[in-house]
Amino acid sequence: MSGRHTITVTVNGRAYTREVAPRLLLADFLREELGLTGTHVGCEHGICGACTVLIDGDSARSCLTLAVQCDGAEVGTIEGLGRVADLGRLQQAFREHHALQCGFCTAGMLITVTDLLAKYPLASEADIREGLSGNLCRCTGYENIVRAVQDLVAAREADPA
Amino acid sequence: MSETQRPKSVGARVQRLEDPRLLAGRGRFTDDHRAPDTLHLAFRRSEEAHARILAIDTATAAAMPGVVAVFTAADLAGEIRPVRAESRMRDYYATEFVALATNKVRYVGEAIAVVAAESRYLAEDAAAEIEVDFESLPPLGDTDAALAEGAALLHEEAASNVIARREFARGEVEEAFFAAPHRVGGRFRMHRKTPAAIENRAYRAEFDPGRGHLTVHSATQVPGLIRDALAEILDLPGSRLRVVAGDVGGGFGGKASLYPEEVVVAALARRLEATVKWTGDRLEDLTTTSQAFDEVVEAELAFDGAGRLLGLTAEVVGDVGAYSIYPWTASLEPVQVISFLPGPYRLPAYRGAVRAVATNKPPMGPYRGVGRPVSVFVMERLIDMAASKLGLDPVEMRRRNLVAADEFPYRAGSGLMWDRSGFHECLEAAVAEIDYAGRRAAQSAGPGADGRLIGIGVASYAELTGIGSRISAAPGMPINTGTETATIQLDSTGAVRAAFGIASHGQGLETTLAQVIADELGVAPDAVEIVQGDSAAVPHGTGTYASRSTVLAGGAAILSARGLRERIVQVAALLFEAAADDVEITDGIVAVAGTDRRMSFRELAKAFYSEMGRLPREVRDELALEVTRVYDPFFGTTTSATHIAVVAVDPETCEVEVLDYAVAEDCGRVINPAIVDGQVHGGVAQGIGAALFEEVRHDADGQCLTGSFVDYVVPSAAEIPAISVTHVESVLPATEGGFRGMGEGGTIGATGAIANAVTDALRPLDIDIMELPVTPERLFRLIQNAKINAKTKERDET
Repeated sequence: MSGRHTITVTVNGRAYTREVAPRLLLADFLREELGLTGTHVGCEHGICGACTVLIDGDSARSCLTLAVQCDGAEVGTIEGLGRVADLGRLQQAFREHHALQCGFCTAGMLITVTDLLAKYPLASEADIREGLSGNLCRCTGYENIVRAVQDLVAAREADPA
Repeated sequence: MSETQRPKSVGARVQRLEDPRLLAGRGRFTDDHRAPDTLHLAFRRSEEAHARILAIDTATAAAMPGVVAVFTAADLAGEIRPVRAESRMRDYYATEFVALATNKVRYVGEAIAVVAAESRYLAEDAAAEIEVDFESLPPLGDTDAALAEGAALLHEEAASNVIARREFARGEVEEAFFAAPHRVGGRFRMHRKTPAAIENRAYRAEFDPGRGHLTVHSATQVPGLIRDALAEILDLPGSRLRVVAGDVGGGFGGKASLYPEEVVVAALARRLEATVKWTGDRLEDLTTTSQAFDEVVEAELAFDGAGRLLGLTAEVVGDVGAYSIYPWTASLEPVQVISFLPGPYRLPAYRGAVRAVATNKPPMGPYRGVGRPVSVFVMERLIDMAASKLGLDPVEMRRRNLVAADEFPYRAGSGLMWDRSGFHECLEAAVAEIDYAGRRAAQSAGPGADGRLIGIGVASYAELTGIGSRISAAPGMPINTGTETATIQLDSTGAVRAAFGIASHGQGLETTLAQVIADELGVAPDAVEIVQGDSAAVPHGTGTYASRSTVLAGGAAILSARGLRERIVQVAALLFEAAADDVEITDGIVAVAGTDRRMSFRELAKAFYSEMGRLPREVRDELALEVTRVYDPFFGTTTSATHIAVVAVDPETCEVEVLDYAVAEDCGRVINPAIVDGQVHGGVAQGIGAALFEEVRHDADGQCLTGSFVDYVVPSAAEIPAISVTHVESVLPATEGGFRGMGEGGTIGATGAIANAVTDALRPLDIDIMELPVTPERLFRLIQNAKINAKTKERDET
């Protein structure tokens, strides 16, 4: 495990410079180094999607990404979507539809939905389910997550901003 | 008192109080806490399923960077006192709880040694360097191997690999079968499953050497049970031992038992006088968290020409893995299969027998539904097989046999007592919701243009929820799981705080209990702080499991809130110099009816606690604004449901798609419809997983073949259909508040509904689904065999 690397990563708009081991995962960088524990780790092999974050606008698995790969990158996490006292639009939709139970997969779900809404038409329920299929949830049976996304798609059409 | 004027929170879709923190990434899960001097643990686990440990060499590991200490069982001898999962059941052997393996390992993944290091990375590096010298023993890869003549013994002192036996009998079974004009039956197989909560198990313990206090933060469903167990194991008084379950990322039974890592984390925090943490990874979860099902059920059903059930027999063999899990015992899962097999049906004669067989697999423990997803799979298949034999519609077959409204209370064949629940009402509601007649008509038109075969499957069931102190949640377990304590107080700032022994891990209990208290007390739900998931909250608590929390904690909430309200009213009457009957409380304001005399909870609390001379001094004691009540429903109550699934089976790709799914259930008074619907949705998704996808597989040597989410298939949004839920409140049960438990039902009903739907789709091929999960591979074999059989039959006939 040779040497440490100095990296600068912008997370939710704030730049952080840290010295890290080359094998440090982005998920651990966010959680251990920056204390941003809203990003959760569920499987550490890229299947469950709980650790999903945005890297330069694309959703990515922070458990399969090294922190050093993100030197100079813009990373977005759940903490950037809104605050407890001032929830963002996606967070509000999830709350209104009861689209979360234990809340553990929720960070990855919200980031995936952010990415889907930005890039895809999501014209049908099947498209939404396909889009969500990289994120496992054990509590909700997905029903209310799908309803929340349908609502967000409708809102996007009414107000593309 | 103006009950009718109070805003009713119970029954409303109140938005969850726990959501904002979880949605903003501000939850506090066990692994989320950061402290600079934390020691991280990694375990050296067994790669052998059954072996004697000859030697353990920790020297290399101990010398590695960042390593603080390495421990084996020998190093911790004397610090971890032995416990066993006791039961009063006859014919049961309680294996010893093993924190770190001593002489022998009994499953792949069993912990042998542990490294404490400065980071998890360094701890894992070192754990990989611990050398273990094994002498391999014959692996008992399944129950056949364990039951074979001359098989090696897993626990020599048990003298048998059968560690529990039980039998239930009622009526004249032999006579019923002798006289019966019709019988159906066969050998049913349900494979091994794992709960797979998305949050892996995690434990963190802090030790305060000055006070000798140990605080264990645990991703557990049962902080009270763990506190009591650790008090015994570590020989500590409960006053110096606290177990806290913060936010917990799902459990489903997998976090309801005591685990080796939990004991080691607690013991090492005390030994090293440090904060010690272990967070499992997914491989550890899939190989060491308690698993479920893994049963073979040989069952036969006797009935008459009108479809009336006459008798049922069942022989169950359960593969309970390597140890009898603490505290539930190895009998929990397989015994529940025979307890619930008779289902919601009128059945005069029954005999069910079960053997729990130890093998070299991870221990079996509670999982959502416990045994009942297997009973429902078997019984609902038998009901459909009987209907098919008589040419009766499956719905009509159930109509003729479900216990009717005037027959309650009804004692089932296993001795369980059903109180009045909407057995028939749920069946009819589900039939209406899914448009059963319309579906059948469409189905009779034949396969669609895509060649897929359509099947419709019905499953009805009943379960016992909110079990009180009359029986323990596990057979013969000497632990009271039947009471729940609530302590509610109005403090000197006027804030309402209610503490419980339950431990929410996704069920939204902070919200539902606040709703219940809000209505009793006359405040808004968000004005009630719910304290739960903390063994220090109340003197005795166990946790959240077995569909108990709404019934038991809800009941305790009502009783304690009512008591506090009475005292607040009396205090207000003294302050207002008014009659208590004229005092009313609305939205946290105490007022005298028909006057402008009013005060907030804050003002009342200030007057009561702080303003000397406003009240007679003895009132502070006599009307102390804290009330503790214990609720015990004694028997528990019956929750029932009917599930109907519509599936499409592609005979070419062997893919099963669930097209539609309807549930009609009777869980008594619904506190929050959004939360109840959500519980059903999630339960059904897990039941669909159990029926079609999820299987823990081991080879004959006991090696796990499904150690990642690539191989252990958890259904995603693309595999789960839209699920409709209909609430049927037939008649409210006698529980306080009229609540029935409903956290597990979704999973219980789905196995039977899916198995029947796939069988129904495959009717043209004459295939009966007798084994779950019915994966594409199994379906392929079934279809190939059916084709060969059909050809042979054709040849024989010509």
